Amino acid sequence: MASINELTERIHADSSEEIVAEYLERITNSRLNAFITVSKESALLQAQEIDAKGHDGPLAGIPIAIKDNISTKGIMTTCASKILTGYIPPYDAHVIEKLKNAGAIIIGKTNMDEFAMGSSTETSFYGPTLNAWDMTRVPGGSSGGSAAAVAGGEAPLSLGSDTGGSVRCPASFCGVVGLKPTYGVISRYGLISYANSLEQIGPFASSVRDVATLFDVIAGHDPRDSTSVKREGNYSPALENDVNGLKIGIPEEYFGEGIDRNVEKSVRDAINTLEELGATSMEVKMPHTKYALSAYYIIAMSEASSNLARFDGMRYGLRTEDHDWHTTFSHVRADGFGDEVKRRILLGTYALSAGYLDKYYLKALKIRTLIKQDFERAFKDADVLIAPTMPYPAFKIGEKIDDPISLYLADVETVPINLAGVPSISLPCGFSGSLPIGMQVIGKHFDEAAILRTAYTFEENTDFHKEGS
Amino acid sequence: MYENPDGVMIGLEVHVQLNKLRTKVFCGCTTDYHNDPPNSHVCPVCLGLPGSLPVINKKAVEAAIKVGLALNCTIEEHTQFYRKNYYYPDLPKGFQITQYDFPISSGGYITIEGEDGEHRVGITRAHMEEDPGRLVHEGTIDKSKYTLIDYNRSGMALLEVVSDPDMRSPKEARRYLDKLRNILEYLDIFDGDLEGALRVDANISIMGGQRAEIKNISSHKGAERALLFEIVRQKNVLRRGGVVVQETRHFDEAREITLSMRSKEEAHDYRYFPEPDLVPLKISGWAPAIKAILPELPDARRLRFVEQYGITDDHAKALTSERKFAIFYEDVAKKVDPKMAAVWVCDVLKGELNYRDLPVEAFNKEHMLSVIYLLMNKKITEDGAVDIIRTLLDKGGTPDEVVKEKGLLKVEDDIVSTAAEEAIKENLQAVADYRAGKEKALNSLVGAVMKKTKGRADARTAREILLDKLG
Repeated sequence: MASINELTERIHADSSEEIVAEYLERITNSRLNAFITVSKESALLQAQEIDAKGHDGPLAGIPIAIKDNISTKGIMTTCASKILTGYIPPYDAHVIEKLKNAGAIIIGKTNMDEFAMGSSTETSFYGPTLNAWDMTRVPGGSSGGSAAAVAGGEAPLSLGSDTGGSVRCPASFCGVVGLKPTYGVISRYGLISYANSLEQIGPFASSVRDVATLFDVIAGHDPRDSTSVKREGNYSPALENDVNGLKIGIPEEYFGEGIDRNVEKSVRDAINTLEELGATSMEVKMPHTKYALSAYYIIAMSEASSNLARFDGMRYGLRTEDHDWHTTFSHVRADGFGDEVKRRILLGTYALSAGYLDKYYLKALKIRTLIKQDFERAFKDADVLIAPTMPYPAFKIGEKIDDPISLYLADVETVPINLAGVPSISLPCGFSGSLPIGMQVIGKHFDEAAILRTAYTFEENTDFHKEGS
Repeated sequence: MYENPDGVMIGLEVHVQLNKLRTKVFCGCTTDYHNDPPNSHVCPVCLGLPGSLPVINKKAVEAAIKVGLALNCTIEEHTQFYRKNYYYPDLPKGFQITQYDFPISSGGYITIEGEDGEHRVGITRAHMEEDPGRLVHEGTIDKSKYTLIDYNRSGMALLEVVSDPDMRSPKEARRYLDKLRNILEYLDIFDGDLEGALRVDANISIMGGQRAEIKNISSHKGAERALLFEIVRQKNVLRRGGVVVQETRHFDEAREITLSMRSKEEAHDYRYFPEPDLVPLKISGWAPAIKAILPELPDARRLRFVEQYGITDDHAKALTSERKFAIFYEDVAKKVDPKMAAVWVCDVLKGELNYRDLPVEAFNKEHMLSVIYLLMNKKITEDGAVDIIRTLLDKGGTPDEVVKEKGLLKVEDDIVSTAAEEAIKENLQAVADYRAGKEKALNSLVGAVMKKTKGRADARTAREILLDKLG
């Protein structure tokens, strides 16, 4: 798989248009269903323009795929939902503005779980995305299309969003690198909200270096997002092949029941590798981990029930026959939302109802604070934490989709990170048969530098990321 | 002591649009949309487009703190925004960003002229929220075939001022609204004349019964009418042996009655929860600086006018009850005798404006000064001055033009003197009557003088000269 540096050289030697055309052709010939919309014409036009005028941005002429919950001016943005059929945003998300300024070329919008609700990309209105390593398996989710596009060579870079693991899970299942930054580092302006207080946009690539380069482009303060922090992206210099003296915390709660033995072994081997390179490791206790999943789902569903209220067919998207307004709203929402979205709206509405707010939502916020404290305590001793990203490798399409609880349990390793708001990167660390295994390196708030350096050092000294399809 | 025979308790929730801010409360859209086409002052944020995020307008928070301070409220340490979840076509996000716990300010009061003198109305809280869009119907709401939505208003900063149930009559409610509007205008954050600037929901109960909430009141007069109707309605319910139920009622402004709305409205569970896209604001530090620059408020100005200009408290009260009037008066009073200015601005001009339902802007300040100068120099009579003011309001022009056109210049004293001598000679009977003690006989002599001078003599001067000559 070509890196940003290799592509840049080829763009200089040949042209961006040629590169873009190659990727577009691969998308056309692919069976993965990684894309909902391919923006062929505008991509080629943009490439020609860059070829003609030149561009000195860090991603000049490089194609990128964007998860379909990020607003792109003039390109349909659906969140993989029927309810947003035909919605063409009149504005670009902050990250899209930044990508365009950097010279990146948007080649299309990727498939996802409807409104980012899922871990398998099976709840999409546009059908499931397949895993490039085994087409009978899911690519993970909810940013399954973005991870599959990189894994399948259909885009060198892509963006996803991570509310409870939606970047790291598909990165792990597809054998690519995916980063969930600290909450507030990347502007959410233009990211269609699922659960505002938990989610961040995150980059995918086939190497840690490319993830860092892309992260540098999209990170930074945006006055249009009140939760965005005043920091600019400059993380690439942190990429040193050196973990000497690094203190790795191993949260035993993340290696407990339900973790596939191959996954556990690969992650423990990876920690050994880092120790051989000069790092030390220690066990850390994260006693509230067992409550994370319930707290996460209550908060996420509550926020979602409110966030998704705006989809009523009045101004954009699906519109059914008009009756009085409440009947029209009900029809549009009954017809436009899929089952999993409806399930979460119902549960979230219930959790926020009078008489239940204290019992569920406010209690979940208290657990959230306790989980944050777990991380703060762990980081007093450790520089980074390492754990499996997912409890098991990619599962079969259809295997869990009718059992929501079992699907929710798949997020047990990833959601505590979103509740705490800390950064985490998932990278390949082994195989279970022919399926990739991912580990996540978790950092302190705003210490992306430490996790990028750890991940980079691991990658430089192993070959897991090269064993691609 | 006001006895409040019907046990009336009224509390008001007033939605004030902070329409003097340059931009909306959560986006950069401009607020001067009133003369522009529908949906021309909108952006992804106030249209609630997917992915857009709100950012608080600091100026709006400052204005809200100003109001809190002017209403004698406590300003909270931290303020927090919440989502109020409900569906309505004018609400583009399916929720309204408002406040719940931790409003900007709470626990204040307003002093009004009550049924029994000065009366204090408690302010429960004043909190910020966003205005929804505006529904436009063809004809009336029940007959229109379709509804149009104008989102120009969507995202305008609103302040909801909630009072305690301290008003004991519709008149007190109206005075509360007048006073509140006046304070808001003094703070220069609000123009009460713009459409939708001030909207009132009224809660009213009688005899300790359940309260009715009346919605859709858009004027001070409307509030008084709605409450008067509601008292009669509730009394009738009680007289027939019924019970007043707690419900929401709609004010039909045209028919001046209140109508029960569907009981569904009451079943609302708004599922308030903290708005995740807006971080809590620490505002305790803002208040002292804002307090330092808080403008003079109506009550303070009233006291100052009495002290500084030596006018009566009644004049001072009337002049300060509307900010624009107070400014008009003060500009005039600085250049002429302030007591004389009070009489002419307050008693005459204000009456003439009210009669014509005109705002103070309808009369030029320089014209007022000219009229008073003419009076001070005895160039015109008082009746002439009133005539000038009326003519200027009805037909326009300048005082000089009106004086010339109507021949209002007062005739010189020696002309009056000559006329008086002639009048005495020609009306010997009246002279004799007067000398015999019939004081009224003097009036016919004055009348004769006025006739000879074609009304341009000052009646008081004519009288003085006659008395002088009659010795």
